Amino acid sequence: MTTPLLETLFTLSNIHGASGDEIRVRQALRPMLEGHVESLRVDALGNLIALKRGTGALPLRVLVAAHMDEVSLMVVGHTSEGCLRVENCGGIDTRLLPGLEVRVGPNLLPGVIGQKAVHRLSNGAMKAPDLDRIAVDIGASNKDEAIRLAPVGTRITFATQARELGQLVAGKAFDDRAGCTLLVHLLQGPPLPYDLYGVFTVQEEVGLRGARVAGFSIEPDMAMALEGTIADDLPKPPGTDISPTSEISKGAVITVMDRSHVSAPRLVRHLTQVAEARGIPYQFKQPGIGGTDAGALHIARGGVPSAAVAVPCRYIHGPIALLHPNDLTHTHTLVRAALEQLTPDILDPNAD
Amino acid sequence: MDLELLTKLTQTFGPSGHESTIRDLIRQEVEPLVDDVQVTPLGNLIAHRQGAGKKVVLAAHIDEIGIMVTHVDAQGYLRFTRMGGINPLTCIGGRVRFANGAQGVIYLERREDTSKPPTLEQLYIDVGATGKDDAPVGVGDVAAFVRPLEQLGRRIISKTLDDRVGCYVLIEVLRQLKASPYDLYFLFSVQEEVGLTGARTGAYTIDPDLAIAVDVTATGDTPKSLPMAVELGKGPAVKVKDAGMIAHPMAREWLIAAARKAGIPYQLEILEGGTTDAAAMQLARAGVPSGCLSIPSRYIHSPSEMIDSKDVEQAITLLLTALAEV
Repeated sequence: MTTPLLETLFTLSNIHGASGDEIRVRQALRPMLEGHVESLRVDALGNLIALKRGTGALPLRVLVAAHMDEVSLMVVGHTSEGCLRVENCGGIDTRLLPGLEVRVGPNLLPGVIGQKAVHRLSNGAMKAPDLDRIAVDIGASNKDEAIRLAPVGTRITFATQARELGQLVAGKAFDDRAGCTLLVHLLQGPPLPYDLYGVFTVQEEVGLRGARVAGFSIEPDMAMALEGTIADDLPKPPGTDISPTSEISKGAVITVMDRSHVSAPRLVRHLTQVAEARGIPYQFKQPGIGGTDAGALHIARGGVPSAAVAVPCRYIHGPIALLHPNDLTHTHTLVRAALEQLTPDILDPNAD
Repeated sequence: MDLELLTKLTQTFGPSGHESTIRDLIRQEVEPLVDDVQVTPLGNLIAHRQGAGKKVVLAAHIDEIGIMVTHVDAQGYLRFTRMGGINPLTCIGGRVRFANGAQGVIYLERREDTSKPPTLEQLYIDVGATGKDDAPVGVGDVAAFVRPLEQLGRRIISKTLDDRVGCYVLIEVLRQLKASPYDLYFLFSVQEEVGLTGARTGAYTIDPDLAIAVDVTATGDTPKSLPMAVELGKGPAVKVKDAGMIAHPMAREWLIAAARKAGIPYQLEILEGGTTDAAAMQLARAGVPSGCLSIPSRYIHSPSEMIDSKDVEQAITLLLTALAEV
């Protein structure tokens, strides 16, 4: 069932790009964008900024962002047995770590996250491990060898390879390689009526840092963050009647408000009107949860009306996320249609 | 006091990010009083009265705390999240009004364990619906609290005195101010309650030499309140420090000098929790000397905030005195 969108997603998902160490993602994106955009530059923090000239019909500058970085671990010490001590870097779900295969450092050394043998566990010992008790095993025979192979500061990411899984696809780092995939295809498509700045941002997972400086340097009239967001749509205990954050196969996820940002009401209205007119399925992300690059983009300089649109993904921030290819397609269709139909009056705050 | 204006200001809809109605009302009031007005991309209203001197900005936020619907259940009850700092205890039995006019009452589900205070997740809004299909609002819709303004002698109680009383002070200053040596900007800011967003971006746009927020502050004069040396009715409070900023000594002394010159009482304010637009304005661009003039208020972020009208009148006089002088 491969499609151009899925091919890009698989390629990007398999690349290792911890926050602050996004160079390999950037290197993979370049050839996908060359020939489709007027310029590509890397800013001081490592954001990859693509300028796609518009037809010139509208005097606007629009920034669309997707973050390159993924949640990761960082080596902070070494044990006498030759294992690595680690810290969380961007909100990895530590419940899932014991026994996992990981990739360590720029040479992608294989590693395994150590665990106590199940035979030796007493009852109740299966709770989430403390991060400071976790040791990553890279097969080193002593401390010196471990230090040589993975010095303090070395980055560790999940080893998962993207693949099909029933009707869904599985892989690591869909947050936010799903957003990067949408942005690549947006930039590869025909020009919009105005100049589009596609920004592949760094360090979103540790504080929206890349987006903050990109918003300042580009000074856009509007900004949009593209994301892979939380789908927590698995069966709930009987009798519970609460909304999931978002659901797989229900289409593009539009953010109204999260912890980082209140979306401009006129942009939310524009997105839903376009979705309804074009018959594109969409859902609202349950308000008040999470944050995106829009949180940093909307406060750039004198302020930027901003929105966030996402692909629903199960199990993000863990080793394997799942998404439905149709959601990827619907989100791509909605984002392109909404941007094609964007006009300056939609950005006027008096229009709220 | 122009109670009619303060009533209109407090009763007009404007949760964070949804300020267009309150902005239009304030714009009508201030546009005839200034040289130009501007609305920034996020919705701040900036009213400018031109002058030859340093750029001074007075800021009051136009947004109010509110709620956003997160879920409509099978019986038509709404679950919701906060927009700004709301306290579940002061919500129960209160009413909310949505942008489309729909109203509802907030209540609390039955709890097994009543030893702890309720959480927001245990509250729901009843909008009179019988199911998902006849609910007049849905996920993502925004509501503000409902509570009228009442005068109790010198005291005033109402919803949303935070910070419509600051907006009131700014409007009255504009009405009464004759000549000023300063280049004056009145920033009616958005989204203060969700992260000082409007002031941050508005101060960037204005690029001022001095910034003063006008907002409410807490008091230490209620039964078993946290110790705090601010009381209702003892004059406007000149901020020394709060959880987000240390007032610039120059800004602080400028306000104190004006109070002394006008012969009005003032209080020095150290607020341990919370902050104001001044915290964001002082970090704009390369930094802005910033301070805050506070209206002492009881029961902040409840639907019945209480102020003393004398404090408000004296705050206006203080600012008029400060702005008339070099």
